[in-house]
Amino acid sequence: MAATAIVPATPALAEMLDVEKDELTFGFIKLTDMAPLAVAYELGYFEEEGLFVTLEPQANWKVLLDRVITGELDGAHMLAGQPIAATIGFGTKAHIVTPFSMDLNGNGITVSNEIWEMMKPHIEYQDDGKPAHPIKASALKPVVDQFIDEGKPFNMGMVFPVSTHNYELRYWLASGDIHPGFYSETDISGQIQADALLSVTPPPQMPATLEAGTIYGYCVGEPWNQAAVFKGIGVPVVTDYEIWKNNPEKVFGLTKEFTEEYPNTTLALTKALIRAAKWLDENNNANRMEAVEILSRSEYVGADAEVIANSMTGTFEYEKGDKRDVPDFNVFYRYFATYPYYSDAVWYLTQMRRWGQIGEHKPDSWYDEVAKSVYQPDIYLKAARMLVEEGHVAEADFPWDTDGYRAPTPAGDIIDGIPYDGKQPNAYIDSLPIGLKGKQVVDGNEVVGG
Amino acid sequence: MANADSAGTPDLARAARKAKLFTWINKAGGWLDALGFSWLVPLLKIAAGDSPKEQMSELKRVLVIPLLGIFAFLALWAFFAPQVQTSLGAVPGPAQVWEQTINLWNDHVREREKAAAFYERQDKRNAKYEAEGKTDKIKHRTYTGKPTYIDQIGTSLKTVGLGFLIATVIAVPLGIASGLSRSFNGAINPLIQIFKPVSPLAWLPIVTMIVSATYADPYSWLSKSLLVSAVTVTLCSMWPTLINTALGVASVDKDLMNVGRVLQLPTWKTVTKLVLPSSLPLIFTGLRLSLGVGWMVLIAAEMLAQNPGLGKFVWDEFQNGSSQSLAKIMVAVLTIGVIGFALDRLMFALQRAFTFSANR
Repeated sequence: MAATAIVPATPALAEMLDVEKDELTFGFIKLTDMAPLAVAYELGYFEEEGLFVTLEPQANWKVLLDRVITGELDGAHMLAGQPIAATIGFGTKAHIVTPFSMDLNGNGITVSNEIWEMMKPHIEYQDDGKPAHPIKASALKPVVDQFIDEGKPFNMGMVFPVSTHNYELRYWLASGDIHPGFYSETDISGQIQADALLSVTPPPQMPATLEAGTIYGYCVGEPWNQAAVFKGIGVPVVTDYEIWKNNPEKVFGLTKEFTEEYPNTTLALTKALIRAAKWLDENNNANRMEAVEILSRSEYVGADAEVIANSMTGTFEYEKGDKRDVPDFNVFYRYFATYPYYSDAVWYLTQMRRWGQIGEHKPDSWYDEVAKSVYQPDIYLKAARMLVEEGHVAEADFPWDTDGYRAPTPAGDIIDGIPYDGKQPNAYIDSLPIGLKGKQVVDGNEVVGG
Repeated sequence: MANADSAGTPDLARAARKAKLFTWINKAGGWLDALGFSWLVPLLKIAAGDSPKEQMSELKRVLVIPLLGIFAFLALWAFFAPQVQTSLGAVPGPAQVWEQTINLWNDHVREREKAAAFYERQDKRNAKYEAEGKTDKIKHRTYTGKPTYIDQIGTSLKTVGLGFLIATVIAVPLGIASGLSRSFNGAINPLIQIFKPVSPLAWLPIVTMIVSATYADPYSWLSKSLLVSAVTVTLCSMWPTLINTALGVASVDKDLMNVGRVLQLPTWKTVTKLVLPSSLPLIFTGLRLSLGVGWMVLIAAEMLAQNPGLGKFVWDEFQNGSSQSLAKIMVAVLTIGVIGFALDRLMFALQRAFTFSANR
């Protein structure tokens, strides 16, 4: 391990880490939350760490993950659930780790105009005649029931079986008593006993699929909810900030082998990403418009700047013209957003267990072990320490003394008022409506045991 | 024409020069025609001093009428495009497409400037290390920015060239063999008939898997993705060359072949001296068809495999879904068309050069 040289470095050109591999290729999906990567590249943070990075948009999450595993990509912008699922072997098995959490929030659930019209009679209104937010899934329940009565499948889209969007959409549906379906060992469609049938669509194709009538609603990251508003084909009903305040969204994933073989490279890229995240949030989002311009370039997200700006600058448009302030819609640095908390990983694991992606009961200690094998806060803190010494970031920006678990999320921050404590995963699973509890398993189309 | 009474030596010389010039223009006319510049001929003749009246009817045929067609198309396009509303806004008309063409060019220039700045920074760093005597830290890295539109065109041309080259190397010998030997023809004919109609998109996954497995450590000048696209192009575009070569060889004049037999020419001589020269026109017809098919297939292959090139550009823009995307895709469509046309003309000119005909 080569530590940084203890030479008084000039601030203009700090002593660089001795990186083992300096030509890197990172993958991303065209979503606004890939911003830290684009910013680190465009502002030269990667270069200052001695890294020569190529950023490559990928066709979909599966391709992205497979290419990281085969080594075609050195690392990638990933769904928080991806490294965890790969490590426990749901889907492709590979030990993926993450030293850096990319952002909080940033998703929304959108339904087509037709469904919105059907939901309207069931939602509550404010005094000014606008819908009262957050809109609960109970307003959607009569619509889904009507579809079931008419024998029509109620299809919805999400971006990947282990995506934040899948769990958020399921969480929201279940909180309104709509069953989103179970997974089982033999049936990984996730539609066992389902009222609403969820299937995978790549994010950029969401609006087109909704327009074609293949799905009636979807859960996706920005800019694809606001795009539906701009194109006049759908209405976002709820943001994930309203479902679960400040929930973790994307991480930067690398293979375990990569971090072991190239420890300095891993540190260097983590440093560059932390600086990019800081730039995105500093001075109360002052740089967001510049970030929007970067993201709207065709090599990154490529959507129109005004569409990206909508959510990146702290507002969110629901119905056309109903623009509201959601200052924390995208959080990249505040609230220790970049620190890889074990409790975030545990929440994903509880949801995998809840819907049957994890087939059987596991003890609380197992959740802790898996979280610790995937999330690598020690690498993160090492990188942060260097940045503090170089004068790029403040000491107060990092939770130096945390044990890796956030304080329990209070009931008030979650749409159905069920609090979450990452240290007690099984108790939490048992407190949720709809879903597997205790020792239950899905067998065929039945839930058995308990 | 020069007046009889004022005829003098300078005039005579001038007339001779003019006559020479005209023979030259007529000769060049054939080539210009092959390359698609036939409209230049009447203009050259007018410039050389021929009466405009005589050339006018010719000019009308080769320049005015095609231009009218293009203008009529542009007018219809400009009129109808705004009537169709998509979720990305109205369908762009010629003006918006032109605007995006300029945009793409500016994009290219900007990216080149960024590359230059990158190299400048690198040189500065290296100079600093040089000065400090840390020569081991000096690095020369290539710029890692995005490929611009111009780069994508280059990549596509390189890929189609490689695929076409592989196709030619395989198809021409096979074609000659099956043209010469009835039994060989009988043996491979069913295979040709079966593989010819297969779409590139069906070949692509197979090719991807096989190339990934067999071409493990790529050379820097030939990336895996390039080879995958090229081999897909080969598999789809070799058939016209193969069939036409076989046909050309089979229809060589029997008397010629008999002469060869009488002279007891060895096979190699028969092929090079008799068969190839007389079947060249058909071989080139095949090559021309192959290149056209190859270019068409390439775009589809790049689109599906996400390999660099114009196809990927189109797909990325579709995924971007910005208000400029449709216009950019149309720029790409027109680019693809123009390049396809240029490639076709190039092959036609080659065909003309290699064909023994009465006018040479």
